[in-house]
Amino acid sequence: MLGFILKRIALLIPTLLGITIVSFGFVRVLPGDPVLLMAGERGIKPERYQKLMEQFGYDRPIWEQYFDYLNQLLHGNLGNSLVTKQPVITEFFTLFPATVELSICALIIAVSIGIPAGIIAASKRGSFWDQSLMGTALVGYSMPIFWWGLLLIIVFSGWLQWTPVSGRISLLYFFPDVTGFMLIDSLLSGQKGAFTSALSHLVLPSIVLATIPLAVIARQTRSAMLEVLGEDYVRTARAKGLSPARVVGVHALRNAMIPVITVIGLSVGTLLAGAILTETIFSWPGIGKWMVDSISRRDYPVVQSGLLMIAIVVMVVNLLVDMTYGLINPRIRHD
Amino acid sequence: MKKSLFASLGLVAMLMATSVQAKTLVYCSEGSPEGFDPALYTAGTTFDASSKTIYSRLAEFENGTTNVIPGMAESWSSSADGLEYTFKLRPGVKFHTTDYFTPTRDMNADDIIFSFDRQMNEDNPYFQYVDGAAWEYFNGMDMPSLIKEIVKVDDMTVMFVLNKPESPTVANLAMDFASIFSKEYADQLAASGNMGDLNQKPIGTGPFQFVAYQKDAVIRYKANPSFYAGKPAIDDLIFAITTDNSVRIQKLKANECQVAPYPNPADIAGLQADSNLNVMSAEGLNVGYLAYNTKVAPFDNVNVRKALNKAINKQAILDAVFNGAGVAATNPIPPTMWSYNKSIKDDSYDPVASKKMLEDAGVTDLTMKIWAMPVARPYNPNARRMAELIQADFAAVGVTAEVTSYEWGEYLKLSKAEDRDGAVLLGWTGDNGDPDNFLAVLLSCSGVGGSNRAQWCNKEFDDLTNKAKQSSDAAERTELYEEAQVVFKREAPWATIAHSVVFMPMSNKVTGYKMDPLGGHRFEGVDIAE
Repeated sequence: MLGFILKRIALLIPTLLGITIVSFGFVRVLPGDPVLLMAGERGIKPERYQKLMEQFGYDRPIWEQYFDYLNQLLHGNLGNSLVTKQPVITEFFTLFPATVELSICALIIAVSIGIPAGIIAASKRGSFWDQSLMGTALVGYSMPIFWWGLLLIIVFSGWLQWTPVSGRISLLYFFPDVTGFMLIDSLLSGQKGAFTSALSHLVLPSIVLATIPLAVIARQTRSAMLEVLGEDYVRTARAKGLSPARVVGVHALRNAMIPVITVIGLSVGTLLAGAILTETIFSWPGIGKWMVDSISRRDYPVVQSGLLMIAIVVMVVNLLVDMTYGLINPRIRHD
Repeated sequence: MKKSLFASLGLVAMLMATSVQAKTLVYCSEGSPEGFDPALYTAGTTFDASSKTIYSRLAEFENGTTNVIPGMAESWSSSADGLEYTFKLRPGVKFHTTDYFTPTRDMNADDIIFSFDRQMNEDNPYFQYVDGAAWEYFNGMDMPSLIKEIVKVDDMTVMFVLNKPESPTVANLAMDFASIFSKEYADQLAASGNMGDLNQKPIGTGPFQFVAYQKDAVIRYKANPSFYAGKPAIDDLIFAITTDNSVRIQKLKANECQVAPYPNPADIAGLQADSNLNVMSAEGLNVGYLAYNTKVAPFDNVNVRKALNKAINKQAILDAVFNGAGVAATNPIPPTMWSYNKSIKDDSYDPVASKKMLEDAGVTDLTMKIWAMPVARPYNPNARRMAELIQADFAAVGVTAEVTSYEWGEYLKLSKAEDRDGAVLLGWTGDNGDPDNFLAVLLSCSGVGGSNRAQWCNKEFDDLTNKAKQSSDAAERTELYEEAQVVFKREAPWATIAHSVVFMPMSNKVTGYKMDPLGGHRFEGVDIAE
């Protein structure tokens, strides 16, 4: 197992190097540059443009800029935002907990509804339940997130007034960030009602962000379950007289979980991508919105280092997912 | 024990009573500030969160107008040659006292000199106090070539010595980049090695003082009890950052905020019908235009330009692009600006006459390009749609137009080229309420190859605007600018398209809010009913 982990970590290095090249190249391939965008309609004199390009170091050959960037990375320096002038690493860790909190809640919803829905659909294959659950999953998968988010806001926040419109907590509560996770910080603050307020603010964005992963998990669980339900050992378990719940819940589900866990791991990437839209709709101060703003402003250091940080997160999560395979199914332990 | 319990309960009750009495206004702002030092940035969103709330300037724009009134300076005078401006400072102005700074003295000439010196003097320790400090507005307004030196006459008097006379000087000093900083605070930060805090933990003399900023989420301010013009009526001001237009409106309706800018045009009618809301509106200090390249045939022929202007159906553009939130533009400056020439008549929409004028000019089978901006701006919310409408209008008079576009940075760069192929859709939002800021920047000979997208150089127009710039007589300046607008209309380097109308929905409990013609959002005069 240790050998497997070390091998996987070693593989991360060339992947990360590749990501630095892609992210570094990506922002520079986009037409326009930060100096021109900063000047806007007001324009900028050619001599001053040249001076600012020199000041930012963007007049140097691209390979020189890249190696300088790599050198800075190796020294733990991700650079400063051209816009806010703040270190990228500080901004990332200020905003990242908000995205993680939202993603975890969304994942909990997706898993806790998606897996039972898949199991029910598979156990009652071809029934009304199967068709309606899978039909709903297909609708969820195809849902335009922006429209879906606004629809929920209009219905639940506007008409019914059950949930707040946007933000992370009611503005009445004001306490310093300790962990960056609002649910935890609201509890630590000791302010009455703060936790409930933070929780109520999480409901709609979590549902919106969970929608696509939920649909994928439900469909994947169904197909994996259908596959194992036809296996000999399941038939044997049934023949032994075990209750259907035990056959499905213990014997079939555990084996069906491997592809489902893979999908859950991959959905971390989907969650981060979905967070871009969800965070925009719900004014959620996370990294998705931060990246989009930075791309439109050609904030090179933020885009290249932000992408790198996100890639590291996705890779680490997938590594953890790979490691859990062994826990679920001893036959594929990575010895 | 019981006594202390009752005492505690009493204290809690008192605190609660205080908190109930505190008036809080939540403003759903449209974006995050880039920082809190307005001189480093050019975005209105950043100015709203910094210069409009936290800082004051030597002179100020009177709330709701573009009139320049005293601010940190209680009076000023200029020398006869227009090269020296002397400002007498207001005594007793206090910088904010916060948990991170306690001033030991009142604002004085050192603060004024520091606020500008840091932007123009490479030896000032604050010149590069953050990476890439470019002082873009200060440079964009050509201040380094304008200001020769700033002299401290005495503790409460400063003199700006200029290299050339420039009438809009005082208006320029009312702009956001000219916000006044505390030298004492800056020195303290420099001594403790935390210079970057000048941009993160701001200290000013403005109506509100900074409390906290949670990135991309919330900015909190409280009223400055020592504000020189009187403590604001609201105690706490909160900016709830809400980037999506529709969500801002939902928050307003749910009373999660009381003021929300930039509604979608399609939502305005519904907002106006809501009895809990008040929708204010004002014409924006901007202009959207189509600039021909007057250096390239056949657009070097004034008759061709005028003929094309007659082909454009502006009303259709106002309906389709602005959803009614705009007015047709006649002159290159908006009607709310002083010296706007009301006597000028716009080119009438007359495709038949247009076609005949083109034929008379010997122009048949003309093909051209129309450049459409890739971004939405207040003066042009949908340039692609506008370009398509103009394309159809031109087709009706026998002109084949192709709509073209580039990435925004490239667009701005390529559209400056003197040999550019095609007419460009662009616009301008005023900085200081002075006509010079439109006419000289956008149409002077020195702007050719730069901000003068029509590449139009007309000596008569240039002489008028130059003379106006150097005169300090308001009546004379008005007359000169009015005349310059006549020349502009006669020569038609642009098709003037529209000035936008800005809408500002708010709770009807909000009183005292004034629409800022310069596009900012100010809360010092605002109150909220319980």
